[in-house]
Amino acid sequence: MKQLWSFIRKESRHILRDKRTLAVLFVMPLAQILIFGYVISTEIKDARIGVLDNAGDYSSRQVIDRLVSSGYFMVQDYYSNSRQMENALRRGDIQMAVVFSPDFGSDMERPDGTSVQFIADASDANTARMLVNYAEGIVAGYELQSTEVLNQQNTPLIVEARMFYNPSLRGVLMSVPGIMAMILILVSAMMTSISITREKEYGSMEVLLISPLQPWQIILGKVAPYVILSLVNAITILAVGIFVFHVPMSGSYLLLTFVSLLYILLSLSLGIFISTVAPNQMVAMFISLFALMLPTILLSGFIYPIENMPVWLQWFSYIMPPRYYISALKDVMFKGAGLLVVWKEVLVMTGFLVAFLLLSIRNFKVRLE
Amino acid sequence: MEASSYVINVKDLVKKFGDFTANDRLTFHVKRGEIFGFLGANGAGKTTAIKILCGLSVPTSGFVEVSGYNVKTQSEKVKSSIGYMSQKFSLYDDLTVFENIRLFGTIYGLSSGEIKERSADMLSRLGIEEQRNRLIGTLSLGWKQKLAFSVAVLHRPKIVFLDEPTSGVDPITRRQFWELIYQAADEGITVFVTTHYMDEAEYCNRVTIMVDGRISALDTPSGLKSQMKCDSMNDVFLKLTRPN
Repeated sequence: MKQLWSFIRKESRHILRDKRTLAVLFVMPLAQILIFGYVISTEIKDARIGVLDNAGDYSSRQVIDRLVSSGYFMVQDYYSNSRQMENALRRGDIQMAVVFSPDFGSDMERPDGTSVQFIADASDANTARMLVNYAEGIVAGYELQSTEVLNQQNTPLIVEARMFYNPSLRGVLMSVPGIMAMILILVSAMMTSISITREKEYGSMEVLLISPLQPWQIILGKVAPYVILSLVNAITILAVGIFVFHVPMSGSYLLLTFVSLLYILLSLSLGIFISTVAPNQMVAMFISLFALMLPTILLSGFIYPIENMPVWLQWFSYIMPPRYYISALKDVMFKGAGLLVVWKEVLVMTGFLVAFLLLSIRNFKVRLE
Repeated sequence: MEASSYVINVKDLVKKFGDFTANDRLTFHVKRGEIFGFLGANGAGKTTAIKILCGLSVPTSGFVEVSGYNVKTQSEKVKSSIGYMSQKFSLYDDLTVFENIRLFGTIYGLSSGEIKERSADMLSRLGIEEQRNRLIGTLSLGWKQKLAFSVAVLHRPKIVFLDEPTSGVDPITRRQFWELIYQAADEGITVFVTTHYMDEAEYCNRVTIMVDGRISALDTPSGLKSQMKCDSMNDVFLKLTRPN
């Protein structure tokens, strides 16, 4: 026990004395969440629109007011002819143009109705689609209200959409679990695999294996400080998410801690596994980066929804451990789900943990013959 | 042969990696307090043999006993009775001299009182008491090697294994290093050393020369020289490894 403790102290010293890596470890999570929170936002806010109002009547002005008061749009300019409008769109001054037909208001009372046209700059296809969707929704709301006054007796079917758990569709909600998953797997798996292969590379692993230390003591000693480091990182990300970006936390902190700890252990076992495969630090780093970071970002549902992937990639995403953590985290944080909801994720993660540990032990034995 | 006077007993040791035989029926015995040199070209099977002796690798067949314990079945007991130092690693660069001593002292089961006492004694013998809190990384390679050796014998092992301990250091430091080895041998520690410096072979009590996984000679340096009719160990080595 004394041996293990002295070994853990030695490993902590390695980490604490490497100021540069330490700085990266603590600054990286902060930078990530701030970048994702402030810069990369997928929601629409103050999108620049231009108006070509050929009608200029009460109804058209009402529609524009509604668009603006929604907070999603901001009128950049008014145009008097379509050439001006097209030029503005081409220059990128506006992201979408709203065109009213000359008899917009009066046509509204006619049975075949009237029309308003949205012309969006689709060189950024995702944003264009979202702008049009938002605008359509707002106009539909207006239409419903004004026709309701006219003929209340035959109310048509009303579809009312409400976004639960993330009512304002804020992108930062989506990115907090993703960043947690990415940072924790990076810190835990990459840092441990590098630090274990470093001992192999420098030849100190041999000295340790010849010493009375047991292999499990060596591994535990190397891994223990990273558990603490990962927990600190998890707390930082959560704190920034909750207090700066007001990400909701409706579930139990206990369950959140349990799920996160399980994921950290899973990542550490993955790091140990990588270190039994990689001959040196460089290889360990590349395996971690390409086998962990990219798939975490691309395939775990962090940025791109899994449902939109081709089927074979969806299958691939089933073997991405972060996928389950992200899903469990979302359930717990946003929906306030309990263990009864996330038990499947917990089970899968435990399975991964055991599998990586068994593989590591096997590889370790093969190496020693 | 009385078993008690030998601390290493190796009989018909064979180690195979697939079809390749790294150690081919090695048989040798090392006496207590002896400085036993293990010579051979790169790839002759020295490292494989030393790994088996230290319990890091399992022999394919044969009998290996180190400090009275069978390496196959009692490797844990073997481990706590030996010390080990390799050319590649000499202490952690980002820890101080004393932190390194304390780490390895604790790993080998010394109490903190013993560590304090022995490290003070060791540093004063080396004449570097004032470097106690210096980072190892800021020391010269020669000092690192000398410290690494002193740390390897800190727990007073029965045998210390040195795997090319002096490669890359200058002749003066090498000389000083060998003085440390003699001191350890005087205290009754058996020294098992591999080297490719032939002048160092002359310092050993007995020398084994390995060629292609086999022991091709085993005797005192002077015995080998007279047997092979050579003036120096260098010539002996060349004659054995390149017969033509």
